[in-house]
Amino acid sequence: MTIGLAPEEWQAVRLSLEVAARSVLVNLLPAIAAAWVLARCRFPGRLLLDALVHLPLVVPPVVVGWALLLLFGVRGPIGAPLQEWFGLRLVFTTAGAALATAVMNFPLIVRAVRLGLEAVDPGLEAAARTLGAGPVDRFLTVTLPLMSPGILAGAVTAFAAGLGEFGAVITFASNIPGETQTLPLAIYAATQTPGGEATAARLALISFALAVCGLLLAELIARRMHRWLGRG
Amino acid sequence: MLEVALRHRFGRAGFALEAAFTAPSQGVTALFGPSGCGKSTILAAVAGLLRPQEGRIALDGAALLDTARGIFTPPERRRCGVVFQDARLFPHLSVAANLRYGLRRAPRDATGPGIEEVVALLGLGPLLGRQVPRLSGGEKQRVALGRALLSRPRLLLMDEPLAALDAARRQEVLPFLARLRDAAGLPILYVTHALEEVDALADALVLLEAGRVLAAGPVEALTARTDLPLARRRDAGVLLACQVAETGADGLSRLAFPGGALLTTLPPGPPGTRLRLRLRARDIAVALAEPRDISTRNVLPATIAAIQPAPAPQEVFLQLAIGPSLVLACVTRDSVARLGLRPGLALWALVKAVTFEHRVAAADPPDAPAAGA
Repeated sequence: MTIGLAPEEWQAVRLSLEVAARSVLVNLLPAIAAAWVLARCRFPGRLLLDALVHLPLVVPPVVVGWALLLLFGVRGPIGAPLQEWFGLRLVFTTAGAALATAVMNFPLIVRAVRLGLEAVDPGLEAAARTLGAGPVDRFLTVTLPLMSPGILAGAVTAFAAGLGEFGAVITFASNIPGETQTLPLAIYAATQTPGGEATAARLALISFALAVCGLLLAELIARRMHRWLGRG
Repeated sequence: MLEVALRHRFGRAGFALEAAFTAPSQGVTALFGPSGCGKSTILAAVAGLLRPQEGRIALDGAALLDTARGIFTPPERRRCGVVFQDARLFPHLSVAANLRYGLRRAPRDATGPGIEEVVALLGLGPLLGRQVPRLSGGEKQRVALGRALLSRPRLLLMDEPLAALDAARRQEVLPFLARLRDAAGLPILYVTHALEEVDALADALVLLEAGRVLAAGPVEALTARTDLPLARRRDAGVLLACQVAETGADGLSRLAFPGGALLTTLPPGPPGTRLRLRLRARDIAVALAEPRDISTRNVLPATIAAIQPAPAPQEVFLQLAIGPSLVLACVTRDSVARLGLRPGLALWALVKAVTFEHRVAAADPPDAPAAGA
């Protein structure tokens, strides 16, 4: 077994990083909004929304991928207009892989952001009000910076998890080398190929290393931020 | 002038607040009462952080809240600077950025002291570059005072600003509060349950109990009344406004008050300094003839204005008129009978020079800013 990676193996690594990063970027704003609504608003359908947000955690990933295929497929109720008006096709593309990964990781980010938001002392927001800060001003200058440890932790965890998303991606975006074949898909393909054990082992090792790095980074950032805010 | 009239009930059978009072445009009005009397609720309502079920709050005639007319000005537009018990500095901002937070959001035409003035007033210079989580409790509270003052408020609200500090830190911050009161020229509403802070800072007093106002008025006048909870305290007695007359060769300072003067062992500062003394009722004795061969240095001619019951059944309060000033003396009923004390009787009030405790001067800032903790 050699340490060096073949070009197509590098491609899988690069693609995994790209898909995970795009999924996190797509998720951030909706996750902050969902966390805000769940943590701060009281309305009749809140429990239902909470369940809906957490659905991807419990539904089989293949089912999520299939649902996306129905919605965003070229004939789907969202996919068709996207293709017609913007020329944007999601199935069998890198963007589609990122979307599938994003949907799967949405609950992860929302949970972390919500924990971060709940750690913000409402008394500080009240203090900002008495100092003349309106709602948007208050959110941007007090709430958002103080909940940023949760946002960062959620982003890093979701990124690390996103590197390994399999079921939803292969169902919705298929397994196309250079387009949607991320690390886990490449490993799966290698295990299906006679003599592919060495490739599978190398890629598995990289997956493992990336995941561990991601978790360590999340922990490190969390500690830094808490020390910065004087909480730890 | 601040006018407050509120009615609010927490829960269906919960705590009910029904309070009305006015506070003058200058000086400190203390809301004083035991825990749970509703004083912090009133402050939150004035700040706009609590919306009472019924009421009217007006500052200089303009309504901030009027439930009858549907007026509710949100806190961010009330321009009430609030100092909270727990300081509530923004932990992600530096001390300097905390100070600027309110200033940057103040209306352009609002006048008030600038950053340099406030930094000098509160001795914040050494703290400017520090991070908020690294400040001591007393330092945090001083920064919070500065931040509130720099938001160019029309009214300062202080919610037990010293209650979370230990005794040493309280003594560190108290002089700065006195300086701020004298320098700010703003009405200050000050919530506290510590009589010491009332003595040191308050000009007017609103006495609260169980959500209702028991009495309101100038501090000196309320401390001379014997029908209020103030008279039930061990340290009950009149708060007397004095001015330092001179310090004699014997080291005793002469403090003049309307109607007389007191010799004290206090180090009260240069002549002309205004300060307030609490003359504890139990520290004052009376004599029918002017006593001689006695160590007591203050022997003041007085007249009994009234005799009123004291909390203990065998004691009474004598209300003594010394010129225009009223003081309280606590004596036994037995002494009243023995000496034949009655209203209108002229006698001598005896006050030891060593009985006074140091109180923060009314306009006597510390020489140098404290160097922090």
